Amino acid sequence: MIPELGHFALILAALVALIQGVLPLTGTMLRDPQQQVVLQSLARPTAALQCVLVAFAFGALATSFLSNDFSVSYVAQHSNSLLPKAYQFAAVWGGHEGSLLLWVLLLAVWTLAVALFSRSLPLDMVARVIGVLGLISVGFLLFILTTSNPFERLLPAALDGRDLNPLLQDPGLVIHPPMLYMGYVGMSVAFAFAVAALLSGRLDAAWARWSRPWTVIAWTFLTFGIGLGSWWAYYELGWGGWWFWDPVENASLMPWLVGTALIHSLMVTEKRGSFKAWTVLLAIAAFSLSLLGTFLVRSGVLTSVHAFASDPKRGVFVLIFLAVVVGSSLTLFAWRAPRVTLGGRMGLVSRESFLLANSVLLVVATAAVLLGTIYPLIIDALNLGKLSVGPPYFNAVFAPLLVPTVFLMIPGSVARWRDAKVREIAHDLRWTALAALVLAVALPFVLGGWSFGAAFGLFLGCWGALGTLQQVLDRVRKPGRIGASFWGQHVAHLGMAVLVIGITGVKRYEVERDVRMQVGDVVTIAPYTFRLDSFSDVRGPNYKAVRADVQVLRNAELIEVLQPEKRRYFSSAMPMTEAGIDSGFMRDLYVSLGEPLNDARTEWSMRVYYKPFVPWLWGGTLLMVLGGVLAALDRRYRKFTQRVNT
Amino acid sequence: MKKVLIPLILFLGLVVFLAIGLQRDPREIPSPLLNKPAPEFSLSTLEGDEKFSPAQMQGKVWMFNVWATWCVACREEHPVLVAFAQKHNVPIVGLSYKEIQPQDEAAKASPEVKLQVARERSVVWLKSHGNPYVTSVMDLDGRVGIHYGVYGVPETYIIDKQGVIRYKRVGVVTPELLADKILPLINELNKS
Amino acid sequence: MKQLFVRGVMRLCAVLLAGGSVSFGVYAQPAAPTAAVQVPLMSSTPAVREAAPMAEDPQIEARLVDISQELRCLVCQNESLASSHAELADDLRREVRDLIRQGKTDQEIKDFLVARYGDFVLYRPEVKPLTWVLWFGPFVLLLVAAVFLGVYLRQRRQQLAPAVLSDEERARAQQWLKG
Repeated sequence: MIPELGHFALILAALVALIQGVLPLTGTMLRDPQQQVVLQSLARPTAALQCVLVAFAFGALATSFLSNDFSVSYVAQHSNSLLPKAYQFAAVWGGHEGSLLLWVLLLAVWTLAVALFSRSLPLDMVARVIGVLGLISVGFLLFILTTSNPFERLLPAALDGRDLNPLLQDPGLVIHPPMLYMGYVGMSVAFAFAVAALLSGRLDAAWARWSRPWTVIAWTFLTFGIGLGSWWAYYELGWGGWWFWDPVENASLMPWLVGTALIHSLMVTEKRGSFKAWTVLLAIAAFSLSLLGTFLVRSGVLTSVHAFASDPKRGVFVLIFLAVVVGSSLTLFAWRAPRVTLGGRMGLVSRESFLLANSVLLVVATAAVLLGTIYPLIIDALNLGKLSVGPPYFNAVFAPLLVPTVFLMIPGSVARWRDAKVREIAHDLRWTALAALVLAVALPFVLGGWSFGAAFGLFLGCWGALGTLQQVLDRVRKPGRIGASFWGQHVAHLGMAVLVIGITGVKRYEVERDVRMQVGDVVTIAPYTFRLDSFSDVRGPNYKAVRADVQVLRNAELIEVLQPEKRRYFSSAMPMTEAGIDSGFMRDLYVSLGEPLNDARTEWSMRVYYKPFVPWLWGGTLLMVLGGVLAALDRRYRKFTQRVNT
Repeated sequence: MKKVLIPLILFLGLVVFLAIGLQRDPREIPSPLLNKPAPEFSLSTLEGDEKFSPAQMQGKVWMFNVWATWCVACREEHPVLVAFAQKHNVPIVGLSYKEIQPQDEAAKASPEVKLQVARERSVVWLKSHGNPYVTSVMDLDGRVGIHYGVYGVPETYIIDKQGVIRYKRVGVVTPELLADKILPLINELNKS
Repeated sequence: MKQLFVRGVMRLCAVLLAGGSVSFGVYAQPAAPTAAVQVPLMSSTPAVREAAPMAEDPQIEARLVDISQELRCLVCQNESLASSHAELADDLRREVRDLIRQGKTDQEIKDFLVARYGDFVLYRPEVKPLTWVLWFGPFVLLLVAAVFLGVYLRQRRQQLAPAVLSDEERARAQQWLKG
């Protein structure tokens, strides 16, 4: 009964979304002010109603999972009675249909948030934004109802489910999709604002000020989601890799890059009224890339470890949806953008031009990632053969593009608005430059060996960190209140610098030992010693495992006992590795079990890693997330009291 | 042309490529060995100690089929091959690919024992499923397979009179495929 | 005064960071990546045995890892030959190991695999006319964008002439500023 109710709720939600999408927008195009207000006022209530209905449907699916209702096909495919309750809930988004329902739910939640926190917006803008969001919701709801219904029944019901993919039975992977989707879906709000601005012809600084907090919040979630995915891959896959340039990873990176460019570009539009057309285009691009990502992951067009099971029907639907949404918004852009006014004056060297350079660099970087991701597809489509584009390409092309972007972070935030002088900026930054140079040259010797690559990466990171520190100190010395967005900006920049140092450190100074170990054997990576103490058999709720106890000593003193496992889940033939990791501030010590090397299973292949600076990867990401939160909390966004008269 | 139309035009181009991409299989690898000489080798056969090499097939158009008893899809393909062998005068040579799998008991045995076990298993399987092969070569370690660009089972090659590979099929040979592509090609190759 | 202070703080930070890193470095000092078996740290009874590396010849293995990281596992969902556990991947690694032992260069090994499996097996696409757009596209785009940017900013300056205050307006402004 409950699944049917859930299904029904989705149908109703689609109808409500249709009303939400069509009527308020129509209201903005009518002439009679009375009619206008009537229709536009429908925006908020319909948004609320849609959210309630979708939440009900989601609840229905979750209930089916938690009550082990294996007569629902989707539940039978992704759950199991032995699965721990927390994972039974997370299994709701463990497959294609359920993850789409999560997407639609989050879209409805964001829409409701816009409805609630938009008191200072004129009604017609609210109508347009919520209207556009409604149309997007209609598309996704139709997609679910026609091709990906999670409530389909399985008759006769299965006795037990197939179990959630063991790779997904992990806390990191439980919050990774929701956070990521919050980011993807959040970009639709920036998109809706952009389209609303184009439709109304009101493309100005006020629009930028409205858009910015929503964009920052979406970006923050996206950063967190990508970081979580990376962290999960690091500890789950057994050999400590954290970024593979897999198409699905690229699909999340591209909206992030454009989102970053968008935030910076919005600053200029808000402050000086400039770059309006470019900013609007970025907003359209960010969400378009989110949609493109959805397509790439679910259509089977690219091979990826991440891809959901693909179905050509689904691919076609998403492609058509993508074509309609992005095609119409770009057409609207081409029509309306030329009428946009130019905004303030700026010098060739000024904060504005630095921010524009930031945009350009990030967009080119995004183009490079996009090109690399779909190039095999293009070549195949042109019947020119089959080739692969993998990490060697992306590493070679992406890094040189990101280096100037990170470098320019500092002079860009030092430069004055409107007009700045290179000489002045250089003068202001001379100590930072010197200190960064000294550290870059000296640190590699201390860390394990000099190489130009290490020095270069360290220079960039130290430049970013020290430059940020300098600006903070400069500002703190001055009188006056410091807003949260100031802290947000610099904490985020610091996070980026920390991330760069982390990447440099782990790439250049990582040590790996691939060894065969019996009880009593040691591996030495000075000053650490890893000693294998014992093997034991353990049993979990839905798996059996072999666990190794590995003592980690530094200079003969015990730091930690690591317990890597090799698990065999009852539902899957593939064994899973759980690495044993000891995390410190400056390094991770990482041990993973390989295969047994003799029948008695007393000797195993094992991998022991010393990974310096890995925690800085996560630390840097978290700092960026913190920066985003701080920026969004700035007081000027929290003033809901002013109502603007239409 | 106005600059503002560039994003739209680029996007539409992208959509076209994606639409074409939907109809392609991203995991299918075309063979670079097409129209190149079939790699030489000399392997023991299923039957006895006499070794087989592709040079022995010079002057004939023949089919080279990669199979194994553990291959599930091969069971689907096998009756088609048996029927084909009975009806047409095209020799089919089998390549028994990695018959002994890493998880088998025999995997740790000596090469002679492995060959023995592989032969026995294959003979039994062919007895019950039918034997379309004039002979079957035993590629226990998969080396010959690598030289032929094999990455899955079953795969099938058509090789002409001069020993040049003219066609490769990755996956099951269906009756439709035989009728539409393979037979016409063989007939054409036989004329030259 | 303020400037001196900031300068001083910067210098202090630099010294602290340098000093701090040196001491961290003492703690964090890793061994240089070497495949040699290390002498056991200490021997109390029973003797401590250093684990033997999995690979028979670590030199060859290191080269294998380098090469196979640039190659694709053909039967996986987008994994490199270095990290894949698939059977074909094992076989291909075995082949590459043999080729390394025979003294082949990296390029020869890649050519060997491409001759059998096509360009698909390379994760680093070869730079040839087919891939010029791929390899040079982004940098060309960057160049074009940079040029556009410069031209655009220059044009803007000309389009928006600076607002010039008349003498009267200037006097008024001065008055306001003085408050």
